[in-house]
Amino acid sequence: MVKVAIFDYGAGNIFSLKNSLEKNSAEVDVITSFDNVNNYSGILFPGVGNFDPAVRSIRDYSKIDFKDYVKDKIPVLGICLGMEMFFEKSEEGNEKGLSVMEGEVTVLPNTMKVPHMGWNSIEIKRSSRILEGIKNGSWVYFVHSYRIKPKNEDIVVANSDYGIKIPSVIEKENFFGTQFHPEKSGAIGSIMINNFLRECKK
Amino acid sequence: MTLTKRVIPCLDIKNGRVVKGLHFGSIKDAGDPIVLAEKYSNEGADELIFLDITASEEQRETIKTLVTKVAQVIDIPFTVGGGIKTLQHARDILLSGADKVAINTGAVKNPEIITELMELFGKQCIVVAIDAKRNYNIEKGKNIFTEGQKKFWFEVFVYGGKKGTSLDVIDWAKKVEELGAGEILLTSIDMDGTKDGYDIILTKEIVDSVHIPVIASGGCGKPDHMLEIFKKSNVDAALAASIFHYDTHGVVGVKQFLKDNSVSVRL
Repeated sequence: MVKVAIFDYGAGNIFSLKNSLEKNSAEVDVITSFDNVNNYSGILFPGVGNFDPAVRSIRDYSKIDFKDYVKDKIPVLGICLGMEMFFEKSEEGNEKGLSVMEGEVTVLPNTMKVPHMGWNSIEIKRSSRILEGIKNGSWVYFVHSYRIKPKNEDIVVANSDYGIKIPSVIEKENFFGTQFHPEKSGAIGSIMINNFLRECKK
Repeated sequence: MTLTKRVIPCLDIKNGRVVKGLHFGSIKDAGDPIVLAEKYSNEGADELIFLDITASEEQRETIKTLVTKVAQVIDIPFTVGGGIKTLQHARDILLSGADKVAINTGAVKNPEIITELMELFGKQCIVVAIDAKRNYNIEKGKNIFTEGQKKFWFEVFVYGGKKGTSLDVIDWAKKVEELGAGEILLTSIDMDGTKDGYDIILTKEIVDSVHIPVIASGGCGKPDHMLEIFKKSNVDAALAASIFHYDTHGVVGVKQFLKDNSVSVRL
């Protein structure tokens, strides 16, 4: 059985993510620091909370730096806010992001209804590990007020259309991110969770 | 493709069972909440809403247990409301497995709770439920509408539709958006339980007054009513209860009907 950890920033419901991982036969620990020995095959950053407190909870309460913790290329899945934290900065806060990817996070324009909430489809740009078995145009559940602006567009493997273009899936080495919530996206989301767990087993 | 319209079954819960009321009044039994939740989730419901209409202090534990059980069997978003008045209570519900909490009376009595919840959990978790009813006593400063010969304004009601607040619904909707609500669940007391269709005037007015998503509720008796509200307003989601509970129209049937009539739905 593959063992993964969900990092809990202490600010929200991680129940559905844990439940979804367990349904896909993973053993799940909930961690609040990186201080214990890393015996996990994968790490997940959930998609609930606020940028500054979430980044601080990762950076300030562990003696070990996140980048060092995952230096053996352990797969990391960031969901929504969890993915936004991969970047250098966000308009949601003042803290520096985890900076494992270059680029920033900006607020959605107020010409749209914000949050972008509900089911939207993904336009797959290229094949990727996390989207294996997923058809172009599949529906997934979004609820967010920010979007990522990666410096390197190549890391984006799928976009979504909300009147404006929203990068919805990214993949770079051992880092995976979704702007939507796979744990809330029915059977399609479950395939992605399963794809991530398969990466963890490698 | 773009964002779809959401079709949301609502389960009114009383003493752990699903019930259906008429005009917030008499009620009858409609089934087991866990069985129904799983069924709707599997059939393609876009989201689920649970409203605990008993919601007394003693039953708080019951609803928490139920929330956890439901969260275990579904993989779509779900909102829980009913009697939530304190930050601690909202937090309990979220940590039990709900994705969003709906607050109604609690928000009217203590609007700051919206901001406090937003700062803790983010606005995506906060649905403000607004129950509105036509008031034909014209008052200065209210947003007045005309239907035929009659003039009226929409008053916000609390305590399950029992008590008026003299708040104008449009002013209140704008206020909750400003305070940090992520979504509005808008119920027409006039239409609720009638099966005559959603309140188009009310829904359209609120949708056009705010920049957050709005769910229309109250009055849906057939799929045509959902089609009508999606065509006549820019509402984001439509909630219904009885049409799903008694198998008159399944979730799939309703969504197929909407799709056949050019409404963008997830199917």
